Amino acid sequence: MKKLMSGNEAIARGAYEHGITFASAYPGTPSTEILEEFSGYEGVYAEWTPNEKVALEVGIGAALGGARALVVMKHVGVNVAADPLFTLSYTGTEGGLVIVSADDPSLHSSQNEQDNRHYARAAKIPMLEPADSAEAKEFIKIAFRMSEEFDTPVFLRTTTRVSHSKSIVQLEDKEIHEEKRGIRYNPSKYVMVPAMARQRRVEVEKRMERLSKFAETFPENRMEINDTKIGIITAGMPYNYAKDAFPGYSYLKLGMVHPLPRDLIREFASKVEKIYVVEELDPFIEEQVRAMGIDVVGKEALPYTGEFDPAIVKTAITGNEATVVSLPDLSLPPRPPNLCPGCPHRGLFYVLGKFKVFVTGDIGCYTLAFMKPLEGMHSTICMGASVGMAHGMDKVIAGKEKVVGVIGDSTFIHSGITPLLNMAYNRSNSLIIICDNRTTAMTGMQEHPATGFTLHGKETRALDFVKLAEALGMDNVRVVDPFDMKNTRRVIKEELSTEGPSLVISRAPCALLAVKQKTAARIPLRIDPDKCTGCKACLGLGCPPISWKRFEDLDMKIEKKTKKQEGIAVIDSSICNGCTLCQQLCSAGAIEEVVENE
Amino acid sequence: MNESVRSVLLVGVGGQGTIMASDILSAVMISAGFDVKKSEVHGMAQRGGCVSSHVRFGRKVYSPLAGKGDVSLLVSFEKLETLRYLEYLKPDGKVIINNEEIYPPSVNLGEAAYPGDAIDFIKKHFKDVKVVDATAIALRSGDKRMANTVILGVLSSYMDIEVGLWEDVLKEHFPPKILEGNMNAFRLGRGV
Repeated sequence: MKKLMSGNEAIARGAYEHGITFASAYPGTPSTEILEEFSGYEGVYAEWTPNEKVALEVGIGAALGGARALVVMKHVGVNVAADPLFTLSYTGTEGGLVIVSADDPSLHSSQNEQDNRHYARAAKIPMLEPADSAEAKEFIKIAFRMSEEFDTPVFLRTTTRVSHSKSIVQLEDKEIHEEKRGIRYNPSKYVMVPAMARQRRVEVEKRMERLSKFAETFPENRMEINDTKIGIITAGMPYNYAKDAFPGYSYLKLGMVHPLPRDLIREFASKVEKIYVVEELDPFIEEQVRAMGIDVVGKEALPYTGEFDPAIVKTAITGNEATVVSLPDLSLPPRPPNLCPGCPHRGLFYVLGKFKVFVTGDIGCYTLAFMKPLEGMHSTICMGASVGMAHGMDKVIAGKEKVVGVIGDSTFIHSGITPLLNMAYNRSNSLIIICDNRTTAMTGMQEHPATGFTLHGKETRALDFVKLAEALGMDNVRVVDPFDMKNTRRVIKEELSTEGPSLVISRAPCALLAVKQKTAARIPLRIDPDKCTGCKACLGLGCPPISWKRFEDLDMKIEKKTKKQEGIAVIDSSICNGCTLCQQLCSAGAIEEVVENE
Repeated sequence: MNESVRSVLLVGVGGQGTIMASDILSAVMISAGFDVKKSEVHGMAQRGGCVSSHVRFGRKVYSPLAGKGDVSLLVSFEKLETLRYLEYLKPDGKVIINNEEIYPPSVNLGEAAYPGDAIDFIKKHFKDVKVVDATAIALRSGDKRMANTVILGVLSSYMDIEVGLWEDVLKEHFPPKILEGNMNAFRLGRGV
């Protein structure tokens, strides 16, 4: 049966067809759907772990117990998992272990554009790179076979365009591969004290040598010899862009990007007159090919940054721009993503933005609150950074100003607990706010340890943030409802003038979660045009349904309430959530519930 | 560019059904025997940002993304978004525009103006431009939320694929409760 599948769906399908029954991950765009899909297949076990380091350690344990383990993360997740990763390379994997690293060229949904092929080289782990969904399904199986054959973890690298584009996949039946599950004691292989790690270190080099030989005849490293004037060395999605632009050229298409097949590359170089290396992000293949003494054209023609497309590759190689209609510069108003109507973050950040404090931010939907008009956040680095940064800043500006750190519930569990402990231990005066919307919202509402449910939807013990904070040694712990802005403002103000480390938990469910859980809808609001004084206070929320209408753009005649009034605010009730934040700000009392059948 | 491959670019604002329309278009082209690749950006687009979905079909498709100057049909669910993607069109590319305005935040705040003469501008640069009042048409079929199905109907009339294939895919796609309304919306769109 043929099916149109995303790369992520195809990876999950491939793992299922290969008989994989164990997987762990932390959600992160563009990788999230892999585990969501996989967990839906019959007879499998999958879990969301608090972060990627835990996901990998869980996978290592499962593999040591004889299972084949799939571990999934986005590119920056590998940074979190890097500590076990580098030593896992020494121990090998017993059962079989594949790590999917989903990179994000063009930073569609990430804080950086790192090229994770470097991890394969640095940790001495082989890496496969599929170019479309059919390959994604096939390569995940090859990765597991290689892991077992060479006793090594194997990387499968995707990019956003491979993970999220859809192409046709041929579905196959599930294969049965026996697993030898059980306890094995082998300290010389699994206890990495220096004496034993030194011996394993040698084994790693031997393994890389065997893998380098394997790469030479690996069928997914393939030459397509056509016009020999120009040869293109490429891998993954850029292969498709190049083939689209230049169907007639010769290709060396690499299915494995580490280690590289050096003899095959030399053979290809001997067959073609001029070589281009077409790869997104860093000159990873290019530099290694150059080091072999082979002259290629790479980053001097093709961009370092951003993802490619066929036109970019064509322009880079031919020097001719694509034929497009020449249009004047329109300078269109941008359309950035925004917090949803009814988002619990909006009230919190409206309040925070009015205090004159530096707010260290974190990774999640609430990061959007840095924008106008909320402007309630002043830094974002990585998962968990808000907490440690707030403390560090507090230590150096002590007494002058209080620093606030904000972090989401899932992000706090991912990487915020240890730095919170540090705040208590090293006596911070900063204030941390957990934006607790009861879900992992940004990536599409995944469960986490504080929601009380597992990936498979089973009820479990839910983490209690208040008890945790007390156990960590936080002096002041408060819980607020961010839809009550007056109280939220009062509590934050109090905590900003309290001695010692403070934690405020701003708790209300994500607006989309409320819909998913079928919570009774609130009554949408409208603005009475005859009462609105045009003060624009409600516009300060940046809520999507609220817009400004100037008198001259209105169909109806409205009396000015003040001499200076230039227009009125309007709510599009059809998309209003009825959260009442704007009502709380309206001093004219112009905002009221929509009466049905009006 | 590979001449045997055609590219349709569907654009809009998060929540308008742009991706659903591109899913249906892809399914139809597969059942018509084409190789199909489709690509859109997920993630932040869910939060009211721009959405664009590339659908490419032909005998053999490599790239799921169209480059600038490669798109033969631009289907836009929102007027301003049409302007943002015009440079992807071939010089003889065709345009379908839903006559709907959704204000971005800066316009809502009164800090920027929504381009008032978008349609005239597009017609000045491209010959084949169709403007559709999809919401008004959808209301005639009973539900304004079916505006995206109306646009899909208009799109179908550009594709030279027999109507039965479209209807089969629609039947698979929509649950029985809303199938008839969507079929009506599709037919109304196809007749525009």
